Amino acid sequence: MESSGVNALEVRDLTVAYRDKPVLWDIDLTVPKGVLMAIIGPNGAGKTTLIRSVLSLLKPAAGQVRIFGKPYDDQRQSVGYVPQRGSVDWDFPTSVLDVVLMGRYGNLGWIKRPGMNDHQLAMDALKKVAMDEFTSRQISQLSGGQQQRVFLARALVQQASLYFMDEPFQGVDAKTERTIIALLKELRAAGKTVVVVHHDLQTVPDYFDWVTLLNVRCVTSGPVKEVFTEQNLRIAYGGRVAFKSEAIGSETNQVT
Amino acid sequence: MSSSQIEIQLIAIVVAAACALPGVFLVLRRVALLSDAISHSILLGIVLAFFIVEDLASPLLIVAAALTGVFTVFLVEMINRTRLVKEDAAIGLVFPVLFSIGVILISRYAGNVHLDIDSVLLGEIAFAPFNRMVIAGMDVGPKALWVMGGILIINIVLIILFFKEFKLVSFDSGLAAALGFSPTVITYLLMTQVSITAVGAFDAVGSILVVALMIAPPATAYILTDNMTRMIIYSALIGAVGAVSGYWIAHWLDVSIAGSMAGMSGVLFGLAFLLVPKRGLLAQMMRRRKQKREFKVVMLLIHLYNHEGLPEAKCECRKDHLTDHLSWSEEESRQVVEMTLRSGYASIDGELLLLTDRGRSTAKEAIINWTPRTQTT
Amino acid sequence: MEFITSIFTDYTLRSVVFGSAILGIVSGALGSFAVLRRQSLLGDAISHTALPGVAIAFLLTGSRQPLWLLLGAALAGWMGTLIVMVVIGKSRIKQDSALGMVLAVLFGFGMVLMSYVQRTPEASKAGLDKFLFGQASTLMTEDIYIMGVLGSIALILMLLFWKEFKILSFDREFGTSMGFKMRLVDILLTTLLVIAIVIGLQTVGVVLMSAMVVAPAAAARQWTDRLGVMVLLAALFGALGGVSGAILSSMTHKLPTGPTAVLCISTIVIISLLFAPNRGLIYRQLSYLRRRRALAMNSVLLDLFELAQHHKRAEHPHPLNTLKSMSDRPERVERTLLELYDRGLVDKNTDGLWYLTSEGQSHAKKQLGEIGVMS
Repeated sequence: MESSGVNALEVRDLTVAYRDKPVLWDIDLTVPKGVLMAIIGPNGAGKTTLIRSVLSLLKPAAGQVRIFGKPYDDQRQSVGYVPQRGSVDWDFPTSVLDVVLMGRYGNLGWIKRPGMNDHQLAMDALKKVAMDEFTSRQISQLSGGQQQRVFLARALVQQASLYFMDEPFQGVDAKTERTIIALLKELRAAGKTVVVVHHDLQTVPDYFDWVTLLNVRCVTSGPVKEVFTEQNLRIAYGGRVAFKSEAIGSETNQVT
Repeated sequence: MSSSQIEIQLIAIVVAAACALPGVFLVLRRVALLSDAISHSILLGIVLAFFIVEDLASPLLIVAAALTGVFTVFLVEMINRTRLVKEDAAIGLVFPVLFSIGVILISRYAGNVHLDIDSVLLGEIAFAPFNRMVIAGMDVGPKALWVMGGILIINIVLIILFFKEFKLVSFDSGLAAALGFSPTVITYLLMTQVSITAVGAFDAVGSILVVALMIAPPATAYILTDNMTRMIIYSALIGAVGAVSGYWIAHWLDVSIAGSMAGMSGVLFGLAFLLVPKRGLLAQMMRRRKQKREFKVVMLLIHLYNHEGLPEAKCECRKDHLTDHLSWSEEESRQVVEMTLRSGYASIDGELLLLTDRGRSTAKEAIINWTPRTQTT
Repeated sequence: MEFITSIFTDYTLRSVVFGSAILGIVSGALGSFAVLRRQSLLGDAISHTALPGVAIAFLLTGSRQPLWLLLGAALAGWMGTLIVMVVIGKSRIKQDSALGMVLAVLFGFGMVLMSYVQRTPEASKAGLDKFLFGQASTLMTEDIYIMGVLGSIALILMLLFWKEFKILSFDREFGTSMGFKMRLVDILLTTLLVIAIVIGLQTVGVVLMSAMVVAPAAAARQWTDRLGVMVLLAALFGALGGVSGAILSSMTHKLPTGPTAVLCISTIVIISLLFAPNRGLIYRQLSYLRRRRALAMNSVLLDLFELAQHHKRAEHPHPLNTLKSMSDRPERVERTLLELYDRGLVDKNTDGLWYLTSEGQSHAKKQLGEIGVMS
């Protein structure tokens, strides 16, 4: 199916405009297979917009996106998506299992109903995120962290090779955070590629091996060890970054 | 024009203005459908009052209607507070019940009186001139005019008195509460106004037209202006224009007057929606297309600027390269290039596009403009 | 007993009952999706815009055939929805104003058309008028058949595209990202809603149709947290409301069908809001009271235990007033003591003083153990 030399994601000259200004400008991005990549940047940097453009949820002014060498439309089965938690009405009458099963709809196509195989996949996914005891729980009764894990399980059953996640660590408890990061590393170990819009600079070196710094333009993109430097952060965040780290550069970096 | 006709138009204008005033706040507070709910449920109040006084002309009916209107909103609020049902569903649950009780009461106990439901819903303004107001033995004009005129004055007075409260609550009820104005009191005041206006207008124009007049002219005004005072004045004017033009069309075609007035309010809205410069649909569409095109022109200029003078310029600055490099369609590329040339930002030299001075400076400016300013975290 | 057989034998009654049942089932089921998508009042708009549709259909075809009129109503209802969407999408007008405007203005157009129609020779106001308030008694077998067929089609399509409708209502963007054309699904669902409303107009009328869309779903939601069950219950409630309304109104003199059906279904809503387990208000109140009582009992029990600690015997009795002074709700202490007495946790001696039974003591120790405070 996919040749080993093909990159998971290739973005060329992506420009997305809002009125007369660009939200994303001339983005060039290459994400090789099997990496765990964070997308970080200040508010309004276009991080969510980037994901949405890739998923064809909005139309760019220019540019190309290739997923495993092909346009998105040909590759929907290979892509999984975890949107932001706030995008959904959690009062909807549906159970945890039900939500996870929705992830199978793409593979089923029109009209076909989920079968036993799909149920099994859903249960496996729920077990991975430690939510298998909650299958019939109404989703409005879940905590923020639990909701996030359900969304994650839903993406897992899509059985994709490339996953996009929008701020999955936002507002979750410590246990959920550990579960999620363990899961992401497991995915990477299985050869999957995961792209995560992330909000917390501190944890980037611990969680991810690749990073993209975004602020309307692509400031830099590459392995964390190489590109996650004080200088690049300064460019992306405009010089006002308070960051404490041993992982980047050598000296203590209290940037003001 | 006969005096009847003049009177009818006067009544229509007064009704339209009286409805437009509270309507503005309904629209701004996003509770426009309460006008629909209230104008249906006050039927119950009218019926109950009628049973008590047995007189269709009694002022008790207006009081009862006002109370029922407030009661309706109160019920909706109570249901909302249980959080068991969403807000829009709450409205859809309350008013049919009250209306149904009213209809049933009429059918069973008042069937032989001229309080038939048709006229409640549809009204008949043509009969209005025949119902005279007699003071001290003198005929001073159609009753509807006096009643609605009174209501109009009440509405105007209330709005002037409570202008800043209404304004604050419409835009930021949290702030209003923090400042000590009770949003609830203001809300109920508004709903009382709506109920009184609705019942006053029933006789002449029926509940459907009341809804049309409370929503369409303010919505039209909302498209035209941002200023609340102007919005109020425009609404009243637009309502009046719609009412009068509606009357003449009904007259000409010999059709329902109330329906025609409602229709004309809609037509006026439609015209504003489409044609108003800047906010109207056509203006928006044209501007958006222009913006998109202009954006792409700037993209092209930046592209040319970045590759100017460099060895690959011969390849990168070719006209037909754009389809590859920027993934634009043939048609799009052609149009963008044309616009660029036409605006004097670049010139053609064989197959290559060359920036003019003007184009170069525009590109430089845009680069500065587009680059995000330093941000504070 | 006779009455029940007459439901099947009496022509009018039979038509009315069946018509109401079909209407209730279809509008209840499809109304569930409308309510969940916060489009409750869209039903109101659609039913009001049916009026001009009916009038135009009559003017164009010259026939009062229900099929044509329904078609006109449906197309007009669809147009109304479209206008609402366009207005919301392309201007600063919000959903409530758009709905209200479309509702009233198009209904006004309908009035204009109707008054025009009244003047044409073949027209009789009555035939078209019944759309306004519904006149279930004029339902004919032909009408029932049409309602039945259309309703069945709507329900079958709903079942067929169930998962698509579910994801449209819950997480539209996710559906799009998976490759479903959510816009088409949206159009389909709206069409089904329009069908549901249009087939009910003859029975319940324009003004009250929106209630038949909203009320069953609102009631059903209180009883279940599963979409499938909710839709089923809504259909059931809708049918119940419709049929009860039909039967009641035929049994009683001068009771129009539409309003009666609305009152019946609204009664179901009130019952649901009050008594449904978990969500119902009565249930909530009872469980609140239960919790408060348990708290009070615990607090008095532990107070007694603490007092007894100061004496050698754990059963050392204490007067009521001492316990009252320890409690922040002294007026309830006596009642709480009686409740503890009912449960065998405390007893009263001949001097009227209260003391812990052995069971009460172990209970108290357990409570303290749970809190983590060991004496």
